[in-house]
Amino acid sequence: MTRYLPYLFAGVIFGFVLIKSEAASWYRIQEMFHFQNFHMFGIMISAILTGFTSIQIVKRLAHKQALDGQPIKIPEKAPGHKSYILGGLIFGFGWGLIGLCPGPVFALVGTGSLGALVVLAGALHGTWLYGALKQHLPH
Amino acid sequence: MDWLYQPWPWYVAGPIIGLMVPLMLFIGNRSFGISNNLRHLCAITQPDKVDVDFFRYNWKEHTWSLVFVIGTALGGYLAGVVFANPNPVQLSKAAQEMLLSWGFLLPSGGLVPDELFHTSVRNFTFLFACGVLVGFGTRYAGGCTSGHAITGLSTMQLPSLFAVLGIFAGGLIASWFLVPHMLIG
Repeated sequence: MTRYLPYLFAGVIFGFVLIKSEAASWYRIQEMFHFQNFHMFGIMISAILTGFTSIQIVKRLAHKQALDGQPIKIPEKAPGHKSYILGGLIFGFGWGLIGLCPGPVFALVGTGSLGALVVLAGALHGTWLYGALKQHLPH
Repeated sequence: MDWLYQPWPWYVAGPIIGLMVPLMLFIGNRSFGISNNLRHLCAITQPDKVDVDFFRYNWKEHTWSLVFVIGTALGGYLAGVVFANPNPVQLSKAAQEMLLSWGFLLPSGGLVPDELFHTSVRNFTFLFACGVLVGFGTRYAGGCTSGHAITGLSTMQLPSLFAVLGIFAGGLIASWFLVPHMLIG
């Protein structure tokens, strides 16, 4: 059980930041999609730059090992474009309407929002629907 | 301790979110991403009679990820309830005027508008339907904002760039053409 504690701790920080930065706010998402505030763009850009810089450092480390002793491997996404664009469009459309992507859904559920719980229930059904229809979709 | 109650600026929040990428790698060679958990939750609850291949795998290997989102909810509770911001979301002037023109009230405390989230059959039907889009789309694209925009772009992966372009285009369409008419024709 204790080997999961670092993940729990990281998750708590992530959820805390999503609420404190208001990335889990429908208002902020509408403001972002209408380019009326730098706030959300600032979060995304600085997050990507931080991730990018730290990955470059990790790559150059002579002794790059994870806590479990295994060498660190940078994960790679499967090549392609159709599923990424089409899936992205569908997800983005839903995100634009309710202003919540999956991370903020979990964070908002934690604040006791019944509406966010309904979104989560819908998202599980959508995920299941994808699994059931997978072989009929262009990838 | 005032900073625990106040909203955090982007230059504090963004880097912390970005650090999740190397942190997950360092803890156990994991790829930071949230929406995979939706799949794991389906795999856990799939009844024997409904046997979809996509959900037939050993989800227990992904317990770390489920623990992470339990933490995310806990963090949400701490930030949104225990250390709740006493002030409403401070939107830009332009966003405030836009909201009013759409028939929405200005933020009065919550992060999400009561107009869409308070308990009613109409709202919950809408939220559920949008949830279906989010769940379907993220799995089809193989990731969401965290897995593609943050992890994917910071590790320079072309598929994630496609996904992010799709996500942003979808969001623009919804936010410019549908949201303005949700409350008033």
